[in-house]
Amino acid sequence: MTKIDTSSPEGVLPTPSHTVGPFYGYALPFRGGEEIAPLGHPDTITVHGYVSDGEGRPLPDALVEVWGPDPEGNLPAVDGSMRRDPASGGFLGRNGVEFTGFGRIQTDADGHWYARTLRPGARGENAPYLSVCVFARGLLVHLFTRIYLPGDEAALASDPLLAQLDAERRGTLIAGDEGNGTYRFDIRLQGEGETVFLEFR
Amino acid sequence: MTLTQHDIDQEIAAEHAAYEKRVADGAPVEHHPRRDYAPYRSSVLRHPKQPLVAIDASKDPELVELSSPAFGERDITGIDNDLTRQHTGEPIGERITVSGRLLDRDGRPVRSQLVEIWQANSAGRYAHQREQHDAPLDPNFTGVGRTLTDSDGFYRFTTIQPGPYPWRNHVNAWRPAHIHFSVFGSAFTQRLVTQMYFPNDPLFPYDPILQSVTDDAARQRLVATYDHSLSVPEFSLGYHWDIVLDGPAATWIEEGR
Ligand SMILES: [Fe+3]
Repeated sequence: MTKIDTSSPEGVLPTPSHTVGPFYGYALPFRGGEEIAPLGHPDTITVHGYVSDGEGRPLPDALVEVWGPDPEGNLPAVDGSMRRDPASGGFLGRNGVEFTGFGRIQTDADGHWYARTLRPGARGENAPYLSVCVFARGLLVHLFTRIYLPGDEAALASDPLLAQLDAERRGTLIAGDEGNGTYRFDIRLQGEGETVFLEFR
Repeated sequence: MTLTQHDIDQEIAAEHAAYEKRVADGAPVEHHPRRDYAPYRSSVLRHPKQPLVAIDASKDPELVELSSPAFGERDITGIDNDLTRQHTGEPIGERITVSGRLLDRDGRPVRSQLVEIWQANSAGRYAHQREQHDAPLDPNFTGVGRTLTDSDGFYRFTTIQPGPYPWRNHVNAWRPAHIHFSVFGSAFTQRLVTQMYFPNDPLFPYDPILQSVTDDAARQRLVATYDHSLSVPEFSLGYHWDIVLDGPAATWIEEGR
């Protein structure tokens, strides 16, 4: 039965997850999905990398979602990530000014993705980070991870998540600095250098 | 070595028996598939082997993941939830209306959030270029829709009954007819991508993707219910499918709203 009875006080049982499959291409990626930062914003950073499998092969069909705060640490409540064109029905892209904090990027044939967004600000005791959700054919339940940026070692040292990881695993969550505001963040689903993935309770 | 349906059936039965035994021995009910469910072969190299690192979302109201991206009227056009009106002609197939509510684990409606769908056409063919199945394409059907939930959490789509289609997991592998759904909650932790099935499909027991949900009751929650009150006279057959998001909700943020 899939009419859910919401009268019970104990709550209701969740709908199971399934894989995104290989054929979401007309549905989920949208124009400008990777260009999250307002045009010309001085705090813009580029984050990029590869998504690879347990044999180190890149995934040409992974989908990466990025969600993060503005440089002051505020989380936007602004819509318009995927504005639509009322004439053609196609995607217009963002309006170039507002920051929605959300982007969605499909890896290319080489398994590479990038996002240009605003440098995230810190929230509470956490070092600044971008939240990432990964989808792919073969992945029955999506995976959450985080992109932390290098530089502020004191903030990284006191971050509650990073503090509980050993050095090698911790390193998978901290992007590499390539200069000029560009950072490298690879996502390894399995095997050597496997990225730390998260579970929220 | 050729992988037959019989081989996959045996693997599915073994996974199911192992799950029943775990539960009988006191393990918790599993509402979601295990990422290492091997009968679905694509999972083998694409699941982490290290345990996930747990974060207690009730301890820290500042977590980025406790809020969600926002979507609004700008992100939608008027016909986005009607997949039969996106081209100059009518798509081929049986018209259906699919509607239901988006809820959290407390049974509360999730309002004004984005629901996206995609599906094969009535012949079982996706418009996607990499699709190899040689069933006919329908020039009047892309198979993509989106909508926002209303103030009671309801969504509604008009579309075409999708066809089952073959895939290459093993010899004679066929996917039961389904519609892919992507939904957002009030927190990013509640993000869900899943698939909706149609009642009484004879392909259910053979499909390792559906059977990856090893709990019988959980699997049933992926199957829509025929709902005559949703059927539109002289137009479409109605299916009701409620979606319940898992994961901690943004209760910190919602206080005082
Ligand atoms: Fe499909």
